[in-house]
Amino acid sequence: MTPSQTEPTPKASLDVNTKWCKGCSLCVAVCPKGILSLDGLGKVYVDKPEECIGCGLCEETCPDYAIRVIKNV
Amino acid sequence: MQGNEACAQGAVDAGVRFFAGYPITPSTEIAEWMAREMPVRGGKFIQMEDEMASIAAIIGASLTGVKSMTATSGPGFSLMQENIGYACMTEVPCLIVNVQRGGPSTGRPTSPSQGDVMQARWGTHGDHPSITLCPWSVQETYALTVKAVNLSEKYRTPVILLLDEVVAHLREGVEIPDPRKLKLVERPRPRGGRDQYRPFGGTVHEVPPIADFGKDFRCNFTGLVHDEVGHPSNSPAVTDRLVRRLVGKVEFNRDEIIHWEEIELEDAEIAMFAYGCSARSAVSALKSARDQGMKVGLIRPTTLWPFPEKAVDAAAARGIPLLVPEMNLGQVVHEVQRVAAGRIRVRPLSRVDGELFTPMEILSALKEGF
Amino acid sequence: MPFDVTSYLRREMLPHIWCPGCGNGIVLRDFAAALEKLDYSRREVVIVSGIGCSSRAAGYLDFDTVHTTHGRALPFATGIKFANPELKVFVIMGDGDASSIGGNHLIHACRRNIDLTAVIFNNHIYGMTGGQFSPMTPKDKKATTAPYGMIERSFDLCRLAGAAGATYVGRATTYHNQLLTRLIVEGAKNRGFSLIEAVTHCPTSYGKRNNMATPTDMVRWQKENSVLIDRIKEGKSSLQEGQFPVGLLHRHDAPEFTTEYLEVVKRAREK
Repeated sequence: MTPSQTEPTPKASLDVNTKWCKGCSLCVAVCPKGILSLDGLGKVYVDKPEECIGCGLCEETCPDYAIRVIKNV
Repeated sequence: MQGNEACAQGAVDAGVRFFAGYPITPSTEIAEWMAREMPVRGGKFIQMEDEMASIAAIIGASLTGVKSMTATSGPGFSLMQENIGYACMTEVPCLIVNVQRGGPSTGRPTSPSQGDVMQARWGTHGDHPSITLCPWSVQETYALTVKAVNLSEKYRTPVILLLDEVVAHLREGVEIPDPRKLKLVERPRPRGGRDQYRPFGGTVHEVPPIADFGKDFRCNFTGLVHDEVGHPSNSPAVTDRLVRRLVGKVEFNRDEIIHWEEIELEDAEIAMFAYGCSARSAVSALKSARDQGMKVGLIRPTTLWPFPEKAVDAAAARGIPLLVPEMNLGQVVHEVQRVAAGRIRVRPLSRVDGELFTPMEILSALKEGF
Repeated sequence: MPFDVTSYLRREMLPHIWCPGCGNGIVLRDFAAALEKLDYSRREVVIVSGIGCSSRAAGYLDFDTVHTTHGRALPFATGIKFANPELKVFVIMGDGDASSIGGNHLIHACRRNIDLTAVIFNNHIYGMTGGQFSPMTPKDKKATTAPYGMIERSFDLCRLAGAAGATYVGRATTYHNQLLTRLIVEGAKNRGFSLIEAVTHCPTSYGKRNNMATPTDMVRWQKENSVLIDRIKEGKSSLQEGQFPVGLLHRHDAPEFTTEYLEVVKRAREK
C-alpha cells in the first residue's frame, strides 16, 4: 500500500532493532502518542507509524539503543 | 648511600618517572627521596590516601606509558595485593618495592624480617606470575632496582623488589654507573595499526605489545578474563589460554630472568642457600668456616621468584647438603626441599626475633647439622 | 548528523549485559551525548570504571578504557590524569563502588580537586551481586541484606563531595536526560574534580522488592521524588520528605591538583 497524495507524510519513521530490544516497555510508556506496543515475542512494535511526531522520547529512553528516530525532512 | 636511597636512585636511572606511595616504616625514605627529586627530574610524585590507592595510581600512570613504582612495607604490601593481581591480569608494567619488616600485622616496624617471600609469590589470589628480586647490599639494591624495572617492562608484569630493613637502612659506599650507559628496556609497543593490535594476544610464552593511552588504540583493560583484544569473556578456551600465557610468559623465560651467585661452591662439601640480609651473615660464616678448614660454599639467589631451581638442582646432583638460614620460620627452605627432592639433606635455620643472624650461629649450625 | 549513541560504543559488544529496563543504558547514552557535545578527539579521552553493573559501561565505550577493581577507579584515574594531564579522564562508578568500598578515595579525589569527571550511577543497590543494600539505599527500603528494611541512613553523595572539596557537583536522573547530559558536559569543562550523580534504576534487584514492579514505575518514582534545584532557589518549589534536588548543586573555584604540581616543579627547580 502506498500513501495517497492527500495523506500527510509522518514526521519521522522509527528504526527498530529487535535484536537489541529487551522488551522493558519504557518506550511504550513514554510515547506521547501511544503508538508503540510489545509484540507477541515481547519486542517493541510500532502500531501506528503514521502518527509518530518525531519527538525522540522513545530513542532517548530506550536503555538498549533499539530505537532510532529518523526524522523526515 | 643508604639502601632506600640506592633503590630510589636506581629506579630513576632506570627511567621511572612516576611514584605514588603512602608513608610506612621502613620504606619511607624512598617516598621522601622521590618527593624531592621527581619534580626536578621531569617526573611525578604523589602521596596517596593509602596503599590500595598507591598501587592503583601507578598502574594508571603506567597505562599512559610512564615507568611507575611504589614502595611500602608488610602491612601496605598486604593492602596492595588485590591490585598487584590486577596488574598481572592486565599486564601493566610496574615496580613494587617491599621493605620487609617484622610481622605478622603491625609487627615490629623497625626490625628486619624475611617473612614476605611467600606473599611476594602468592599474595594475590589466583594463578599468576611473580618476578621477585632480593638484593643483599646497597650496591646491589641499585643494580637490582634497574633490573626490576627492565624485567617489568620486558615481560609486561609487576615486579617485586624485596628489601629488608637491614639492607634498606644500611649505609655503604656505592658506585653509581653513568645512567646513560645503563641498558634500559622499554615495554613492547604495537608496530602496526589498531586493526592488527592484539594487546592480549600471542602464544603461551609471548609478551604482547601494549599501547600507551592517548595514542588512539582505544583498548579495554579489565581484571575480568578477557580475549586477545580485551573484551571480557566467559569462554573456557579463552580463560585457559589467558591464564596459561600470563604464567607462561615468565615461566618459559626463567633462564633470562633468574640469577644467582655462587661463592666458593667449586670444592664445597656443604653449602648455604641464603638471600638478602641473611646472606650477609652467611658469607661471614663462610669465611670463618673456611678459616677453620671446612669446605663451605654459598648459593645466593638474587631472584627469588621464579625460584632458581637449577641452582639447587646442581647442588643436589653433587650431593652437597644445604643449610637455609632465613629470617622467618621456613619459606624458601620448602622450595629448596622441593627441588632437592630427598637427594640431599636440607636444613632450615630460622630467626624471628627481629635480630639479624650472627655469623657464629650460622657457623654452629653448619658444624652441628652436617 | 543526528546523535547516534552507537557511534561511541564498541558495537560488537552489544546488546549490553544489563537487565531489561535497567537505567544504566540510559545513563550511558546521556554520557555519550555529553561526549558528542564536548567534541574531544577520540584519542584524548580515557574512561575508568570500578566494579559493579554500572562499571561495565567502560567496556562498551570505544575509547581507551580501564575496568579496574572494586572501589579503586578514582586512584587509577588519578594516576592516569597526573601522569598525562592532557588526557580527558572520566570515571564511572556505582553507588556502592563510590560511596562504600571507594569512599575514602572519593573524598581524597574531591580534596585534591584533580581534574576528573566522575559519574556515579546511583541505583541504590548492589545489583551485580543480587540486591544487597548500599550506603545509598534509602531508609526503610528493602534489600536482600536488609530484608526488614534499611535501618542505616543513606549518604547524600553530592553534599559529601561538595564538603570534601569537589568544585562541580550535580545530580540528575534517568528521567532528566538532557539535564544529565548538560551536567556531564559542564562537569568535564570544570577544571577540577566534578561529581555528577546519575540517579538510575534497577528493576531487577531493587524495584521488585520495593513496590516498583516495572521500569516505568521506577522512572515515575524518580520524576515524583526529584525537584529541580532552580525551582527551589526561585521559591517555586520545595523539598518534601524523601525528595531530592536535581541540577547543579555545588560549584566553587579552587586550585586544581595537576596545575598545582607545576608550582612544585618550579619551586624544586629554583632551589
